[in-house]
Amino acid sequence: MNLKRIGSWAIFSFAVLYFLLPLVGTIEFSLRARRGVYSFDAYRSVLEDSQFQQTLAYSVILSIATVILGVLIVAPTAFWVRLKMPRLRPVVEFITLLPLVIPPIIIVFGYIRLFNTSSILPLTGSARGTDFLLAAGYATLALPYMYRAIDTGLRAIDVRTLTEAAQSLGAGWVTVLARVILPNIAVAILSGAFLTFAIVIGEYVIAALLNRPAFGPYMVWMGSNRAYEPAALAVIAFSMTWASMGVIQFLARRTRFTKV
Amino acid sequence: MAFINLTSLGKSFGPTQVVRDFNLALGKGEFVSLLGPSGCGKTTVLRMVAGFEAPDQGDIRIEGQSVLRQRANQRQIGMVFQSYALFPNLTVAENVAFGLRVAKVASAEITPRVNEMLDMVGLAAMKARYPYQLSGGQQQRVALARAVASRPRVLLLDEPLSALDAKIRVALRTEIRAIQRQLGITTLFVTHDQEEALSMSDRIVVMNGGRAEQIGTPEEIYNRPATRFVAGFIGTLNVIEGQVGREARAFLNCAGGRLALPGTFDAVAGEKIAVAVRPQSLRPCPAEAGGLHGIVRHVEFLGAFTRLHVSCGQATLLVDCFARDLAATITVGGPISLTAATEDVLRLSA
Repeated sequence: MNLKRIGSWAIFSFAVLYFLLPLVGTIEFSLRARRGVYSFDAYRSVLEDSQFQQTLAYSVILSIATVILGVLIVAPTAFWVRLKMPRLRPVVEFITLLPLVIPPIIIVFGYIRLFNTSSILPLTGSARGTDFLLAAGYATLALPYMYRAIDTGLRAIDVRTLTEAAQSLGAGWVTVLARVILPNIAVAILSGAFLTFAIVIGEYVIAALLNRPAFGPYMVWMGSNRAYEPAALAVIAFSMTWASMGVIQFLARRTRFTKV
Repeated sequence: MAFINLTSLGKSFGPTQVVRDFNLALGKGEFVSLLGPSGCGKTTVLRMVAGFEAPDQGDIRIEGQSVLRQRANQRQIGMVFQSYALFPNLTVAENVAFGLRVAKVASAEITPRVNEMLDMVGLAAMKARYPYQLSGGQQQRVALARAVASRPRVLLLDEPLSALDAKIRVALRTEIRAIQRQLGITTLFVTHDQEEALSMSDRIVVMNGGRAEQIGTPEEIYNRPATRFVAGFIGTLNVIEGQVGREARAFLNCAGGRLALPGTFDAVAGEKIAVAVRPQSLRPCPAEAGGLHGIVRHVEFLGAFTRLHVSCGQATLLVDCFARDLAATITVGGPISLTAATEDVLRLSA
């Protein structure tokens, strides 16, 4: 084994330890709820907590709404920019990156100022209105990931020719998008959807300041009030993320109309 | 009245004028090819007819109606693309049915129509396959079936054969022409391949610099090229320049001697003109004979015939002849005389 190969293995081993040790530590700690033996007590406690179920269900529903909102905004935009305004792509990319540099607290305070009960559109005055604001905030936070995922998907197909082929067969814009473009970037949309899901599940600031019963604030509350349960919750959240990644891979391989 | 009328079409992209003052009339059921080198504006003309580009000036009329205000999806024009453009998420049958479904044709009518189209292109057995499971030629056949399935008024073919290998290209061009004749559909075909254009078309439009350089039947374009550009673009041609002279008969005084002309081409004696002669129309004869005198520089064996490269003054002329016509005295570096029948000498206008 030459020096170069040893160096590669050393870096790989360091990376594995760097990422796995904290995870192993968290799992090990989450199993210590019962004195002297390993047990799943912390997991049982978390899973039986009605607040866990309610907040998780709320966040899952909201993440679905966020994904739909995000796809409705991003897919036509990315499609149009690629087809008709390719010179505007850097501008649109810059705009989609803004949520990474503008803190969520600014977004949520903006919402509260613009849509409070004394404004023309008093969305914060009702639970459904606030839910919509929360979904809009989440869609904004997920914008960098959703845009890039969809744009990468569009890059993999010949958008212009497929669009023109569909148009020459009589299809209007909605048909082109719904029956030609979106089905061919389904895996890209799915990967954007799971990234959005991961963001929505863990987000705290917007949900807490809009006072909605989301999973993020519940995790923070749990972390400041319990000992072993937060570690169990972290492992559960990790598992959900990994399961999402697995589903993306599985669906990408199962896509019938592309080579594997 | 022409079925399609393109009148004074013009199109610029930024400062570059791609199509200028382009006029063309197509009769119903006619197969017309736009032929020219890359960047001559042929694809832009096609895209304007399809509705993907809006002309800056001029009009496009189909069956007497201007289509400029109609969007691409309202024009009832079928199109086949160079890159096939089949929808990867749909099977062969679904691809062919796409236009029928968009037009909300009853399901009971769609299946027989799709079967009929796939039978026509010989792919009935592959209707459940996805595009990636087909070869290039098969994909282009599906694209053709898809384009004509909804019975469009016009068929546009944008270099549909250029992505295919030579053998399939030859087979498919015969098929395309047969299907076009069978359906009687008015077709505009874009190609840069002169052989394709000559073998498939009722008429050819040779384009250069955004203009129609010459419009005519394949025979007219090949045998009577109007300009130096057409002459150079279609087949191989020798361009000979010289001064018109007249004694008992008209002739061209040029480097290497005299070339007999069928007439003076309305030129006065002493006027400089350019004529063209195909390589197969020049006949080698003994050096002491009349005609053009030159030196054989190179002899190329090209299978069916042999090509001589003969230098006459500054110019090099190509002469194609069958091996049996080659005199034993013809050797590289040796003298040769060339003659041509007067009817094979063509006047070039520009």
